[in-house]
Amino acid sequence: MASPQPRVGVVTYPGSQDDRDALWALAALDAEAVAVWHEERELPDLDAVVLPGGFSYGDYLRCGAIARFSPATAAVCEFAGAGGLVLGICNGFQILCEAGLLPGVLLRNESLRFVCRDVSLIVERDDLPFTSRCTAGARIVIPVKHGDGRWFAPPELVRELEANRQVVLRYGEACNGSVDDIAGICNERGNVMGLMPHPEHAVDPLLGSADGALILASLVEAARERTLALL
Amino acid sequence: MRATVLVRPKEGILDPQGQAVESALEHLGFSVSHARVGKVVDLEVDAASADEARAQVERMCEQLLANPLMESYEVEVHG
Repeated sequence: MASPQPRVGVVTYPGSQDDRDALWALAALDAEAVAVWHEERELPDLDAVVLPGGFSYGDYLRCGAIARFSPATAAVCEFAGAGGLVLGICNGFQILCEAGLLPGVLLRNESLRFVCRDVSLIVERDDLPFTSRCTAGARIVIPVKHGDGRWFAPPELVRELEANRQVVLRYGEACNGSVDDIAGICNERGNVMGLMPHPEHAVDPLLGSADGALILASLVEAARERTLALL
Repeated sequence: MRATVLVRPKEGILDPQGQAVESALEHLGFSVSHARVGKVVDLEVDAASADEARAQVERMCEQLLANPLMESYEVEVHG
């Protein structure tokens, strides 16, 4: 029997930009990529969800602050609460922080400049559903493109995060002024992850790097295992 | 009832916008320091009293208008 294609949803908010790239990348990595509209109160039958990059609701007030109240975000919170796999990329990461699914907040880059380039990242965890194809300690290259990517949390929260091993990726070079060079984190349970770099823009060597596929293929694989477990 | 919310970056949080404004003011010849950039939200609240309006706006701040990790806020109710 052919292994089943896991169903991975990508939520489109007004102002999302990278939803189509995420759908394309997931399909290229052998998932059934399912577009989810922000007004949907219930998610279709999914094995994982991706919140894509962009400027949801114009990023008015604060990045992700309005998207947090959209019906689809409520459904994603419920999905995550039940242990579902959720990956937030860039604006998706900002939404997950505003929604309280991930700790901290993303602030304006220290330089005040929009950064748009490939960056080197250090993998801290390779035992998560999002990083099983990575190697802890290894460097990978994935592009960033953001103006508000400086992850911040008060020192006591950062200590808690480090103690719980919730830091998944760090910048291997100066990027935006994030506390402890944090580029990606997960929740305590390990089923929700957010990162500022864009793995969906780095799944083909033609685009300069295929390292993003290490993250997304890990997610697809974990989602597939969940489908199999249900059969 | 009219209310104003002042949202500020919390003390100790790096505010690059404030720094940029400060350096621009210095270029203009002003001697300034500690510039910080926040936001103002003016709104009209449907409430029977100033106390009720204030309580409502405080809830708005907690739920949406400010992120307590990075921002502090002040509420003014204008009778």
